[in-house]
Amino acid sequence: MAYFDNAATTWPKPPAVVAAMVHFMEEVGASPGRAAHRRAIQAGRIVYDAREVVAELFNVPNPLRIVLGANVTEALNLALCGMLRPGDHVVTTSMEHNSMMRPLRELERQPERGSGGVGLTVVQCSPEGILDPGDVEAAIRPDTVLIALNHASNVVGTLLPVADVGRIAREHDLLLLVDAAQTGGAYPIDVQADRIDLLGFTGHKSLYGPMGTGGLVIGERVDVGRLRPLKRGGTGSNSEREEQPGFLPDMCESGTLNAVGLAGLAAGVRWVLDWGIESIRDHEVVLTQRLIDRLCEIDDVMVYGGLDAERQTATVSFNIAGMEPSEVGLRLDEEYGIMCRVGLHCAPAAHRTIGTFPEGTVRFGLGALNTLEEVDEAAKAVRQLAEEAR
Amino acid sequence: MTGEQYAVVLLYSTSHAIRAEKVLGNAGIACKLIPVPRQLSSDCGVCVRAGQADRQRARHVLEDAGVEIEGIHDI
Repeated sequence: MAYFDNAATTWPKPPAVVAAMVHFMEEVGASPGRAAHRRAIQAGRIVYDAREVVAELFNVPNPLRIVLGANVTEALNLALCGMLRPGDHVVTTSMEHNSMMRPLRELERQPERGSGGVGLTVVQCSPEGILDPGDVEAAIRPDTVLIALNHASNVVGTLLPVADVGRIAREHDLLLLVDAAQTGGAYPIDVQADRIDLLGFTGHKSLYGPMGTGGLVIGERVDVGRLRPLKRGGTGSNSEREEQPGFLPDMCESGTLNAVGLAGLAAGVRWVLDWGIESIRDHEVVLTQRLIDRLCEIDDVMVYGGLDAERQTATVSFNIAGMEPSEVGLRLDEEYGIMCRVGLHCAPAAHRTIGTFPEGTVRFGLGALNTLEEVDEAAKAVRQLAEEAR
Repeated sequence: MTGEQYAVVLLYSTSHAIRAEKVLGNAGIACKLIPVPRQLSSDCGVCVRAGQADRQRARHVLEDAGVEIEGIHDI
């Protein structure tokens, strides 16, 4: 029995995460940022605590420049739809998840406006998912305003050279948007050192929080006056006005926040900080390299990506010759109790890049709480299936 | 405490008020989150109350930390 779907949602959660959420439901329960009674203020403090601990994790100077929301998809939509205007040009990569690609494709079409869309250049990555920063620089045009890319592929785990791209973005006076869905909590991120202007993160993966939590870090170089919120409504501030406030984070946080979820997120991030990103990373590198090596030993198993755990996250994609990914996934679950995800993983561009479109792959998403024993057990199961497929 | 003179720092939102409370607390300035007095604002949120003697220091500490202040009033 092994849970290998951590690239989608980590499980299990640390007991402190569950305890923080139960505490919120039983002892706090009120709306954050609205009334001024003790429970409302306590809820406000819990939400603020989530901002502060996320700020510590990503080295964000001002916690109030973190907009909290439902997940990284919402964060990327806010960054892209909020900042881009017709005529702007964006550089992205061929390894993006649809949470980046679909808003960009929508902006590219702008069907309702008829005024021309956003220009988009998709830089091709290698079949291992590796991005050459020089290709990004070569794609920059006079009308480019933003470079938008994932930090690591959700399909093969390959890390993209965010710090190098950050340097290029600064040299050309562009903004850099990073999708940290797969790396937040699993790989060191420093928005100042890496020159990241907009960082989308999600709570339910390697930050070990619950689903329905995430956010967007908005750096000092971002002109907040240009940022259009995704939604408008009550914020608990400026209540005398019928217009949306123009300051962070309230302008982008209309409606009551998921405070119970954020209580869990704060506990999850604290758990990550206590364990230490470097320690978590070391553990995951050991697990990942063992998995890659074991799978590569099996005849008729094709493992995708760079095959070097140091250059990727703990996510490994593979296929067995002669067996559909869907059948592999079903049999791993039913016969071996191994839970993974098969198919296209919401990332058709990435699968085209690695050559597995449209059939997809079998994806093992390892997490900090997996063990070497589980990895060995899973590799053995894959070997048995591969032998049967011959 | 009745009759004591306070300075009330108004901020743009509850998030800002909680940040202000933390920044002031770290600087050793005693303060408390209270509902915004009705005569100061029609808003529904909270503000930070400190001793009047700390009024100027509180302003400087918050400005140094980059916390935007909507206003400071004596009550």
